[in-house]
Amino acid sequence: MTKKKEISFEGSLQRLQEISDILEKGEIGLEESIKIYEEGINLANYCYKTLETAELKVTDLKKQLEVKVKQK
Amino acid sequence: MNEINKVLTVSEITNQIKSVLENQFDEIDVVGEISNFKAHFSGHWYFTLKDANAQISCTMWKGLNNYVFFTPQDGMKVIVKGKITVYPPRGNYQIDVRSMKPAGVGELQLAFEKLKQKLSDEGLFDSIHKKPIPKYPSKIGIVTAIDSAAFQDMKSIASRRYPLAEFVIASCRVQGEGAADEIVESIKLLNSQKNIDLIIIGRGGGSLEDLWAFNEEIVARAIFESKIPIISGIGHEIDFTIADFVSDLRAPTPSAAIELSTPNKTDLFAFIGDFSYYLTDNISRIIDEFKSDINTAVTSYGFRTPLDMIKNNYQSLDNTIFRLNTLFDQFFTFEKNQYTNIESKLKSYDIQKILKRGFVIAKQEGKIIQRLKEFEKAKSLELKFYDGDIKIKND
Repeated sequence: MTKKKEISFEGSLQRLQEISDILEKGEIGLEESIKIYEEGINLANYCYKTLETAELKVTDLKKQLEVKVKQK
Repeated sequence: MNEINKVLTVSEITNQIKSVLENQFDEIDVVGEISNFKAHFSGHWYFTLKDANAQISCTMWKGLNNYVFFTPQDGMKVIVKGKITVYPPRGNYQIDVRSMKPAGVGELQLAFEKLKQKLSDEGLFDSIHKKPIPKYPSKIGIVTAIDSAAFQDMKSIASRRYPLAEFVIASCRVQGEGAADEIVESIKLLNSQKNIDLIIIGRGGGSLEDLWAFNEEIVARAIFESKIPIISGIGHEIDFTIADFVSDLRAPTPSAAIELSTPNKTDLFAFIGDFSYYLTDNISRIIDEFKSDINTAVTSYGFRTPLDMIKNNYQSLDNTIFRLNTLFDQFFTFEKNQYTNIESKLKSYDIQKILKRGFVIAKQEGKIIQRLKEFEKAKSLELKFYDGDIKIKND
């Protein structure tokens, strides 16, 4: 789970595109194809879930900095 | 009337003038064109107000000039409110300006055009300076007032379109005196943060005066110097500010700025859905291709060869076995013949024949006695004649 979070959403979409292109070309072996197919489906699920459950985060920068100054 | 004019010192006459002027002109409104405008680093402003035939020095103190919503420029026609003061050390008089406003909206328009021309000449609007806007910004810096309707709009649109994003708001006033300084500060603050992908400078609609902060040179320069790409979304569709020209992308409104900078969730879902479909489609195709490859291989001439080879070998093995059998039979027959011959030879040496000729075989206990030393006197003796056996008991 933590490992997945390290991949950005944008990176995931890019990888998905890559996988799609590789499979489209069909130049790699069966085993490898199935491996990246699985990766692709997992990525798609991950992207879907991430997007579905996301909520806009708002950070008040000035307030945050004030708090930091006070803490010091 | 005095016969003799009293002789006054310079200080005395200056102080009298000061008193007259300052009492007479302690609340005046003067219209004129600004020239020689200087904003001293101490925060005070020094300039001259003039018209075709006259000019007058003016000062505006730090603290008061904070309340002027625009930065005066030479050539700008303004109305100042203030009083006349006399400065004895220099022996001159000036207007101590308390407030200042443009002589008309046309003045602001003119100032706008002048600054636009100046910055354009400097190349601040050139397209080579425009930074690309990231497609999937994860952290969006927002420069606007946190309690504004514009910010609420931006939040709700981002929530709907791309809730993966994070807003990092550097709140500031976006209109009135001092707003320009705060906007600059916010831009710089966001630039000092890590991982901000994009900055949106936003403000809802308003009059030219309301939007003026975005026409200030310091704001334009802060936008130009920002390392992070900036989208401006200021006012309405029809409002153009200097900030719009210098920003990397101009959006007609704050809401539009969000729309221009974020992908749409529904599009993304469709995009991901399409990928899942294509991936499955492709992998099925790949598997089918491999299947048909295997079939082709199995049914190919090359693949049939081993079977043919086995069949051939079977045949050759059968042949060999058949030949071996034949050979064995032949051999066996030959051997059999040999034996028959030997048998008949043996027969010629048959004991019976010898006995017939008159020889006798002596045996003791069934054993043939061939030599004298084998003979034992004590034992009985059996004698075999051609025509019969006899046992001789020895006692």
